[in-house]
Amino acid sequence: MSRFKAHTVLPGFNLALGFTVLYLSLIVLIPLSSLFFKTAELGFGGFWDVVTSDRVVASLRVTFVTSFIAAGINAFFGIIVAWVLIRYTFPGKRIIDALVDLPFALPTAVAGITLATIYAPNGLIGQYFAAHDIKIAYTPIGIVVALTFIGLPFVVRTVQPVLVDVEAEVEEAAASLGAGRWDVFRRIIFPAIFPAVLAGFAMALARAIGEYGSVIFIAGNMPYISEIAPLLIVAKLEQYDYAGATAIAIAMLVISFALLLFINGLQWWSSRKGGR
Amino acid sequence: MKLSKLNAALIASALTLALAGNSYAAEIKLLNVSYDPTRELYQEYNTAFAKYWKAKTGDDVTVSQSHGGSGKQARSIIDGLDADVATLALAADIDALATKGNLIPANWQTKLKNNSSPYTSTIVLLVRKGNPKSIKDWDDLAKPGVAVITPNPKTSGGARWNYLAAWGYALDKNKGDQAKAQAFVGKLFANVPVLDSGARGSTVTFSERGIGDVLITWENEAYLVKKEFGDDKFDVVFPSQSILAEPPVAVVDKNVDKHGTRAVAQAYLEYLYTPEGQEIAAKNFYRPTDAKIAKKYEKRFPKLKLITIDKVFGGWTKTQKDHFADGGIFDQIYTKK
Repeated sequence: MSRFKAHTVLPGFNLALGFTVLYLSLIVLIPLSSLFFKTAELGFGGFWDVVTSDRVVASLRVTFVTSFIAAGINAFFGIIVAWVLIRYTFPGKRIIDALVDLPFALPTAVAGITLATIYAPNGLIGQYFAAHDIKIAYTPIGIVVALTFIGLPFVVRTVQPVLVDVEAEVEEAAASLGAGRWDVFRRIIFPAIFPAVLAGFAMALARAIGEYGSVIFIAGNMPYISEIAPLLIVAKLEQYDYAGATAIAIAMLVISFALLLFINGLQWWSSRKGGR
Repeated sequence: MKLSKLNAALIASALTLALAGNSYAAEIKLLNVSYDPTRELYQEYNTAFAKYWKAKTGDDVTVSQSHGGSGKQARSIIDGLDADVATLALAADIDALATKGNLIPANWQTKLKNNSSPYTSTIVLLVRKGNPKSIKDWDDLAKPGVAVITPNPKTSGGARWNYLAAWGYALDKNKGDQAKAQAFVGKLFANVPVLDSGARGSTVTFSERGIGDVLITWENEAYLVKKEFGDDKFDVVFPSQSILAEPPVAVVDKNVDKHGTRAVAQAYLEYLYTPEGQEIAAKNFYRPTDAKIAKKYEKRFPKLKLITIDKVFGGWTKTQKDHFADGGIFDQIYTKK
């Protein structure tokens, strides 16, 4: 214990660590471990049968693929939004800045119903796509739209503070040394914000994977096509099949954990490489 | 784009629930946990019952409502939602309160008249005005080019009635051939472009999003849509036969004993059977069981050939296992493409 203590000049290590462990146990560890206990009723064979059945595998694929696409879209546009909000001043900037957080505040079911209304073939935006035979609501594209909406703030909010720290003088220096605009972005800005983008991407991805409320209203919920894994969990609960439901949940948790671990590793690697 | 009245009703009932907590002393509170399409019915009924109870005993009674998918509501009660009465879509869900939750005795259905179902309903077809695809009967739903809207039977009690009504029709038509019935229902579900998780979700998909040619739904929900959107938008089609739906009601014994509300909870359900209660049910498009009131509203509720779950499918427990359990017949309909 004393060896750990030596690292810090701040008092209260024991108390703070105690709090951390208690807090995480109450909020995260105990609920999650009860998931594993419930699933244990099935035995490993039963668990494997549940998570490898065609329907479950198809829904996991839908969930992870759409979440990945949505997080990717958010990463790309999140950088642009953060850039605009940090580097330019224009009237109404504060309002736009506040708008970014709204998807967090809205109940997800409301978001889902609203998005479905707008993107349905007779909706405000959906009608123009419908004219070209493109369906958004009630297809996997609809799922991506909903997941992009709920994940919007993450990348913006992680990139913003980092972008503030990248001094405009450095960019100007690069430019005066003959670097083109693309070079400045690629060699100066992007390496600095990349870890933050990854962090935001990871959060948006994690949020999207677990999303239920907004998606079911816009997904169409067709088996094998637009049925998300959380819906199958609900369907199993409906039959009082608690163990089967937690089995799918655990499969999602394990995959998510592996993905997040990988992204964190990437983040660590890139921030080390950037020398920050 | 107009604000959906059905969505507004959803929000309104959530508000009622919030406000109900804010009441003064010497007042009895009841929680009625119900399923999706009964919002409007119980809104009216609760006011009437409060008046009746005030006149009879002098006590104020406030009834709060909770609505949602029938199965989900049953599970909430089992998991501890403090319902005094449960008014759900099918007997199987109240059975679960006895078998899984141990909250009520197994013979709950014998405690009130008509299998504890004060009102009944059936499944009908709702089509767009003028019936452009000329849908007359169940057969037309399995034809190519017809888009059918119905919720997912795995997550919606109402959807199970829809599915079983179609199945019963196919069974009668093919002289009891189960394989042919399955093929028919499979063809019907191949025409479903959106599987919502609940009955109200399907109603919104059909009426507001403009998706699908026909909505399979509760009779009361079909009339409600006509009332909300105007008679010039939709037509109700009565198929040649359908299914008798008996949405049952029960006092949740363990909870009323805890709250000391048994007498008022019991009276609340019994009042449903009185002419006043029956009148409110009929006004909200539920078929009354009282012969006199039924006679009065016979124009609204045409006589149909109605099959029953018990006779054709051998009761809810068996139906649930054969058709809707994992790997059951419904899952076989959706095989990998």
